[in-house]
This record gives sequence, structure tokens and C-alpha cells, in this order.
Amino acid sequence: MSVIIRLQHEAFDVAAETAALMRGRTDIGALVTFTGICRGAENGDPIVALHLEHFPDMAEAEIARHVDDAQARWPLLGVIVIHRYGRIVPGEDIMMVATASPHRQVAFAAAEFLMDFLKTRAPFWKRVESAGASSWVDAKAEDDAAAQRWDTRDDAAE
Amino acid sequence: MKLRYFAWVRERVGRGEEEIALPADIGTVNDLMSWLAGRGEEYAHAFENPKIIRAAIDRNHVRPDTAIAGAQEIAFFPPMTGG
Repeated sequence: MSVIIRLQHEAFDVAAETAALMRGRTDIGALVTFTGICRGAENGDPIVALHLEHFPDMAEAEIARHVDDAQARWPLLGVIVIHRYGRIVPGEDIMMVATASPHRQVAFAAAEFLMDFLKTRAPFWKRVESAGASSWVDAKAEDDAAAQRWDTRDDAAE
Repeated sequence: MKLRYFAWVRERVGRGEEEIALPADIGTVNDLMSWLAGRGEEYAHAFENPKIIRAAIDRNHVRPDTAIAGAQEIAFFPPMTGG
């Protein structure tokens, strides 16, 4: 099992990251990648940029805990989670998740599982920069519901 | 005790972290939020609706009824919006 978890301001290259994961391996039969991208509008209003604030040590620990959970649930062969912070402009990638396994069902399920928990449990906060204004993005109830369908651990807050 | 604040909780409090000597009678995360809310206008604003504020003790998510005994660091922040 190869695990890469990185928090960084710099842009990343999904193709290069997954190529590194796959290099020399013939046991992987399925690779799912998800990329979260900065939209140019939020609720219909154009934005200039997103500013991502994070709690560095906790974010890394929390992502690692969920990657461990995913490994305990499914026979994964590789996981990549990269999440950017700082100022990100529309069209740029914000984060990526890649999951590798022998078969597709596991790779799809684990990618969704990791995304649902990243949205609701990884300590990142988005602030929208628009022309002459700035506002924090509100958490969405549907993201909480998406995470809860995985049967949240007993020690989970909320 | 080290307290850390993030996102709009940080903005309202006016700082990202601080060391505070807490009274001995603060039992839980909820008690701590009530006590903080009484420390001044900026804290009252930050903690005016404690139900929506999340907390972490030593970098683990905790519920508001969690005891703070033994904690090194407690963080307060809004619901997360990463991903």
C-alpha cells in the first residue's frame, strides 16, 4: 500500500502524481482520480479567488486517519490525497484524491468515502474573494449527510 | 492552556492563538466556550452561537460535552469547507 498525503500551496499535476503511483506496478487494475477545481462563480456570483485556510498539523493527521479507515474497509493498493491552501484562482485545481485497487468497485467507493470525509472533517475553510468583498463559504448540509451515510465512527463530533 | 482559532472564529477573536490560564471549574468544551464568551466584546461575538462552532482537543475532533482535563491545546473553528 503506497500512501501519499500532501498539503501544499503550489499547484500539482494529477497525471504526474498518478504516474508515480503506478510506476512499475502490475497489481493495480483500477485507478480512480477525483480533482476538485476552483469555480469562477459561487451561488451565481463571479469570484476573483478562493482563499483556503487550514489547521496544518491537524489536517494532515485527520486525512491520515481517514486513509487508515479506508484501508481497513477496502483492499486498497494506493492512495493519494493532495490538498492546496492559500489563494487559488478560478480554473486551478484545489485538491485531488486517487485510489488504486485490483478492481473498480473498491477504487470508486474509497474515493467517495475519502471525499465525503475530507469535505466535512478535514480542517480547511474557504473564503471567497470577489470584487471589493470577502466572505466565508458556509458548510453544506448535504455534505454532512454524504459523510453520515458511511456510518460515522462513535468518537466523531456531530 | 493553548487556544487556537481558525477562519471566522479567528477573525472575530482577533488572533490565531493564545495562552490562557483557565479557571479550575471549567469542565467541558462547552463550559470553555461560555467562559470565553464572557471575556470581551470580540469573544462574545465569536462565541455568540456556540452550537455551530466545532472544537478539537490536541488535533482530534471532539463533541462539546467532552471534558478538557489533560488537554494541551484546544482549537475552535466553524464547520469545515475544504475539498
